[in-house]
Amino acid sequence: MTDQSLPLARRLLVPYWLTLPMAIGLAIVLFWLLMVVLAPVVAPYDPLELVGRRLQPPSWQHWLGTDALGRDVLSRTLFGALHSIPIAVIVVVLAVSFGALLGALSGYIGGLFGSAIMRLVDVTLSFPPMLLAMAVAASLGPGLENAAIAMVIVWWPVYARLMRAQVLEVREREHVEAAIAAGASRPRILFKHILPLCWTPILISATMDLGQVILLAASLSFIGLGATPPTPEWGSMISDGAQQFYSWWVAFGPGVAILTVVLGFNFIGDGLHDYLDPRSE
Amino acid sequence: MNTPLFSVRDLRVGFLSRSLPLEAVRGIDLHVDHGEVLGIVGESGSGKSVGMLGSVSLLPPSAYVTGSARFQGQELVGLDRRSLQKLRGSRIAMIFQDPLSSLNPVTKVGTQIVEAIRLHDRKISKRDAMERAIELLELVAIPEPNRRVHQYPHEFSGGMRQRVMIAMAVANDPDLLIADEPTTALDVTVQAQIMEVLATLQKRLNLGLILITHDLGVLAGHADRVAVVYAGQVVEQASIDDLFANPKHPYTRGLIASIPNISEEKERLFSIEGAPPPLGRLPSGCAFNPRCTMAQDVCRNLDPQTTTDGAHSVACHFADDKEGACA
Repeated sequence: MTDQSLPLARRLLVPYWLTLPMAIGLAIVLFWLLMVVLAPVVAPYDPLELVGRRLQPPSWQHWLGTDALGRDVLSRTLFGALHSIPIAVIVVVLAVSFGALLGALSGYIGGLFGSAIMRLVDVTLSFPPMLLAMAVAASLGPGLENAAIAMVIVWWPVYARLMRAQVLEVREREHVEAAIAAGASRPRILFKHILPLCWTPILISATMDLGQVILLAASLSFIGLGATPPTPEWGSMISDGAQQFYSWWVAFGPGVAILTVVLGFNFIGDGLHDYLDPRSE
Repeated sequence: MNTPLFSVRDLRVGFLSRSLPLEAVRGIDLHVDHGEVLGIVGESGSGKSVGMLGSVSLLPPSAYVTGSARFQGQELVGLDRRSLQKLRGSRIAMIFQDPLSSLNPVTKVGTQIVEAIRLHDRKISKRDAMERAIELLELVAIPEPNRRVHQYPHEFSGGMRQRVMIAMAVANDPDLLIADEPTTALDVTVQAQIMEVLATLQKRLNLGLILITHDLGVLAGHADRVAVVYAGQVVEQASIDDLFANPKHPYTRGLIASIPNISEEKERLFSIEGAPPPLGRLPSGCAFNPRCTMAQDVCRNLDPQTTTDGAHSVACHFADDKEGACA
């Protein structure tokens, strides 16, 4: 309906998958991705240097003020992308790899092996994710790498379950039977005839989870289990800000950063969902 | 008599269900030779597909197969997976009912044919296999094969996809081709073309062809011999001419009478009353007796023996009784 009423010029210029939320999401995510590369160029100050008096409110020198040690909050927020986003990407890639592989094997081989994997998934998912991540991260010790390992352990079962459901559905399709009849081996059938048709929900879910993982990483850092000071990580910056109750700006920068990046990934995930899954709506 | 290309003896296929095992195929005997076309005809659920799929172990694990299916003297029932993988697609090929879903939707057509070739011929290079794929598409009369190999299945029509399936099936010069309702999902004009392609290839490659269908009309003019299957058993088997000229089983007569005839003007088409019995609730005696116009007490109590007269075999108590012909 709305598409029909758009002016012709707009319909020709704007591809149909580029909805407004998708465009906003892409813009936000693109901004933060650029910051991963460009933070050292764009940021006005060194994020670790004490560049001003402590706890200065926003001013022309320090757009987002300074923190308790006198570091520039804007610079630290921009540099934060350098830590948060690559970690999130690595965590999601690892979780998807492990989860999808185990889920696919579980769905395809089935039997005792398949059930064993799914029970492991059930057990893992029955913990609140934050609690499990805290426990694992705490036992491994602080540091972003350990937090990443903890998050992979928390996150892979989601993809295992998704992938298993997909494989169970696709393996009953007729082209799989045709491939068996053509004499294809079992690994070949799984990797060439089943898996290529299973990625859509994984892709959508992974995009949305990028935001969630950033949030979880920040939460771990907030309670001191992630990044160690003085790393400009958003979670630990908010943690610093929480100590400075009357200097709202210390937590404001990283807070907005987390808010926007999570929102951006969710918008993209939603857009992908509408684009890739025509059954929805 | 030397060993036939493919022979099935007392083949039974059952499915494990919660309460009792359900037998879908109750002992069928068939054989097919090089250059011969065997038609298997029967209603939906009669066990015609299940029997053939069972003989090459293509059924889900809940199915169990007993009896014997020999291919060139080699027993297939109970054969290990590796040996079956080697036979399937190289010596024994299959074509399925629905060409729309039998091709991998995310792989180019040419790549799929190349895969089928290279699965059984490790030495052939990708380039040579692609050349062969183009030849194969030409063989099944697909225009512009050079361009078509680089397209995806969704760019092909139903008939064209079934041609691709046929091309893949004959890619490795099989001896036996099992076509499971190859034309059922296609419209009538395309059906004729596909049958034409199949028939030509069958003659050219001297294939043994098993043609499973529910349409006797499809078999006329293509099959050499026909086996009529009802409720998991072969009720009549004869050469195609003999079967049409002299059908002995009432069920066969009913099937022949149901073929619409363009030269006759009829108000209603003939149909056999009732439906096939559900699995696990077969009537006692002859499985066809509740629907049979000739049924007597003996039919309700005694399972008829198969009697053979030359190449014509039939399982009916009144096989030679012409009086009650229902057509």
